[in-house]
Amino acid sequence: MSMEAAASQADVYAGGFAEPGREASVAFRGVLDALARPGRIVEITGATPSGALPPASGAALLCLADPDAPVWYAPDLGGDSADWVLFHTGAPRAASRDVAAFALGRWEDLMPLADWPAGTADYPDRSTTLLICLPSLEGGPRLRLEGPGIEGAVEVAPALPPDAATVLSANRARFPLGVDLFLVAGNRLMGLPRSTRVTAV
Amino acid sequence: MAPQQAPPQDAASTEAASNNATSKTAAPGQDPARAAWLGLLARSDPALLAARMEALTAEMDPVPTSRWLRAPETGSTMIRGRTGGTGAPFNLGEMTVTRCTLALQDGTVGHAMVPGRDRAHAERVALADALLCRPATRAMVEREVLAPLTDAAEAKARDRAEKAEATKVDFFTMVRGEDA
Repeated sequence: MSMEAAASQADVYAGGFAEPGREASVAFRGVLDALARPGRIVEITGATPSGALPPASGAALLCLADPDAPVWYAPDLGGDSADWVLFHTGAPRAASRDVAAFALGRWEDLMPLADWPAGTADYPDRSTTLLICLPSLEGGPRLRLEGPGIEGAVEVAPALPPDAATVLSANRARFPLGVDLFLVAGNRLMGLPRSTRVTAV
Repeated sequence: MAPQQAPPQDAASTEAASNNATSKTAAPGQDPARAAWLGLLARSDPALLAARMEALTAEMDPVPTSRWLRAPETGSTMIRGRTGGTGAPFNLGEMTVTRCTLALQDGTVGHAMVPGRDRAHAERVALADALLCRPATRAMVEREVLAPLTDAAEAKARDRAEKAEATKVDFFTMVRGEDA
């Protein structure tokens, strides 16, 4: 038994950046681009996380998480994913939603958005960044995005539920407070910061 | 004053897995024996450890092979201390450390965090740690590596204590009548 347990432990730890310096820089640039250009889909590779984490969210956490940034995991993600992130970044598992710097899960796991820290008037940055795992970033209900980082407007269609536009509008209404979102599917990632105005098409 | 190094975030979590498959994330430093040998290995003289590890692997069949889970990387860690060993912790200063993590073929994980920039030293410590975690090789490593390192550490401590003792000055004062 102990042998099998040890083997699975090694598997849990495997899958970080092979060349941390270069790959982390490339991935970080991808994350920045995604947030600066809402609606643009960026590919982030290099990480093969354990558990049910999509690779792009694993790579994003490798760039962003650290020992001072607790990560909240949806119940069915926990376990191996949390161990992997802890090993590679030192980021602990958040005990509750109100201390989470990052949160990982499906859309329904992370609702309602009002549960997450939205920052304060003095420190709007003290909010949670949500990494939402989706089956796909295309083929869902069409959404129109406007706001900083978007010239005019763009249309996207991530596989979100039909009420997503209403929920995201409510998040926008709290600006400068609110949460920032990354939509993740496989090794692709889309940024949806709180500054973006979302309407259903 | 006893400087305490902040434990690496992930150290010792492996041990819990080999003891108990259900709880994989143990608190750092949960296994005192592992903490003790990691400390002894990390503080050891790199040349002596290299010689002992070479002797050990020459004896082993097959020679253990490993793969990196985290290749050696050098950074700094904050060393904390407590005034008098019991006071509130304070930051003493930063120290250059090199850490790495490897897995043996059977999946046993070994961690290392050593002072300085010696990557090869870190790798040898991690390999020794992994072999110590594996019941089949534990006794051999204890005999071939830990025992000589313990002797060397004790000799060093004794040498230092003797040198300090030689400089000791006993002050004494003649008792004068008016103080009595």
